[in-house]
Amino acid sequence: MPVTREDVLHIAELARLGIDAARADELTKELSAILSHMEVLSQVDTATVPTTAGVGAGGTPLRPDVGVPPLMSGTLASFAPKMRDGFFMVPRLATHEDSSESGP
Amino acid sequence: MSVDNYTQLGAAQIASSVRAGETSPANMIRASFKRAADIGAGPDELNIILHADEKASVEEAEQMQERIQSATDIGVLAGVPVAIKDNIASLGLPTTCASKILRGYVSPFQATAVARLRASGAMIVAKTNMDEFAMGSSTENSAYGPTRNPLDVRCVPGGSSGGSAAAVAAGITPIALGSETGGSVRQPAAFCGVVGVKPTYGRVSRYGLVAFASSLDQIGVLGRTVDDAALGLESIAGFDKMDSTTSDADVPIYRLAALGKPAPEARSPDTEAIRIGRSPVPLPPPPGPATLDGVVIGKPKEYFPESLDPDIRQMCERALDRFRSMGATVRDISLPRSPLAIPVYYILAPAEASSNLARFDGVRYGLRVDPGKGLKAMYEATRSEGFGPEVTRRILLGTYVLSAGYYDAYYKKAQAVRTLIADDFRAVFTSGVHAIFTPTTPTTAFPIGAISDPYEMYLNDIFTVTANLAGVPAISVPIGRVRRLPVGGQIITAHFDEYAMFRVAYALEAGLGAEAHQ
Repeated sequence: MPVTREDVLHIAELARLGIDAARADELTKELSAILSHMEVLSQVDTATVPTTAGVGAGGTPLRPDVGVPPLMSGTLASFAPKMRDGFFMVPRLATHEDSSESGP
Repeated sequence: MSVDNYTQLGAAQIASSVRAGETSPANMIRASFKRAADIGAGPDELNIILHADEKASVEEAEQMQERIQSATDIGVLAGVPVAIKDNIASLGLPTTCASKILRGYVSPFQATAVARLRASGAMIVAKTNMDEFAMGSSTENSAYGPTRNPLDVRCVPGGSSGGSAAAVAAGITPIALGSETGGSVRQPAAFCGVVGVKPTYGRVSRYGLVAFASSLDQIGVLGRTVDDAALGLESIAGFDKMDSTTSDADVPIYRLAALGKPAPEARSPDTEAIRIGRSPVPLPPPPGPATLDGVVIGKPKEYFPESLDPDIRQMCERALDRFRSMGATVRDISLPRSPLAIPVYYILAPAEASSNLARFDGVRYGLRVDPGKGLKAMYEATRSEGFGPEVTRRILLGTYVLSAGYYDAYYKKAQAVRTLIADDFRAVFTSGVHAIFTPTTPTTAFPIGAISDPYEMYLNDIFTVTANLAGVPAISVPIGRVRRLPVGGQIITAHFDEYAMFRVAYALEAGLGAEAHQ
């Protein structure tokens, strides 16, 4: 099932990736070509086969359900793009023109 | 001990000399940085190293010297310089995943594997180049330019841990950490003529490893020799409360496998002393070609197709002859679903990546590009500017196979076929086969820029990716050269049987001797 240009633009929006028109055309071809190699899986009978989400052997050891403080050697401000009063600052949700100084 | 032959020293030799006072950790650091400068490891030449700080490394060495002088808690890697792939968090040096989106980012915590290396006495000298977010097989996808293979600068070093493999091959460090999702330690090890080991899923903590595909990711070790890889893995393996997928199974002393004997039933006080590095002299290397009496080596037909490069086939046959001469039995086997592994992997890994990489959104860390048109526009601008072409391609591929209408046909189907691939390995290992031997890669290192088709690049992983899907351990060992480029042989064993894997690997290395690099 080849990928369409509309598919690419749709999944790019879902993945929050800005894709220009020329790149969308390239990706349509690339993803279609890659997925064509996946079609071989449709020929495998898996009707009674359980799925594997992970391969941990012997179960997963559990620890006490107690929160531990993160082992941080620095402050959030040392790597956050923008902070105020201990909060990460983000632009407004609205799509109208936004001021970089707008508050939460 | 002279530092003039630093590039020839194994980790055990360095640690032994440092503990005996014949040299100092600071001397080893200087030797490592001198070698990096001499060979041109910087961005304008081989481009192996992304971040290094000689002054900080010398300070770390001086602290190590104080530990040695106080004679407390001297680790098995005392005074050994190591390099770390740039997707493994380390204090003091940036962790960028070779991506623009994390340019300059210094992690406020360190990976458990790095902490354990340091606790074992190792000293971090560099963060190494890689394919962006570990997505690639050539280290050409780095936002900071490709790494060149030290054995032939026209060629790639493999990937995605190409910088770590090149650092070991170039003699900058005897040990380096890499990471694997589909062969990213073993494939560059094969291309660079060094040893690369991927442990069982759950053997090594992933805490501090920047997530790519969480059900497949494992930190692995690159070493100059099998012994270096064994020492490195032994130092970082074991349960970690910070990673709930780590196993609490005991970690054997892998170096004892050098003696060519099955795993000891229980630890003696002596072996415990060796493990924690309190033995006055590290375990000596094996006295000669080890015995593999009673060992059954499986040769899977799917990994030796008619299309396999005849020279690589010949190198593999020579290795199999060595196994026979050491007493092993070589048995023809089949892993019938292995040819499906690449399609399965390139559905599951991008699917997991599309979720894991959602965190890079310009809010909490890393790059932010804000065009001033609201939150969604900031997300899109940040991610489009920050991610390179291969990462973008895989995020989109993963989003597609997880989206409504395609989930069952692709993602769920791939998960079911993954079960079948793992079943094949279980069947082989319960049939009396102790280890599987295959070529690590279908080709030797290829020229930079030679492969432009994404799927053709993905096929580089064709012999390695099954071990990640099944979760079993595997190691690549040099087995010869074809047209002057290294060839790797792969040894795969059952879950948590790294000891048997090292036993066969030590024997192969000893059996081939100098031929491994000819």
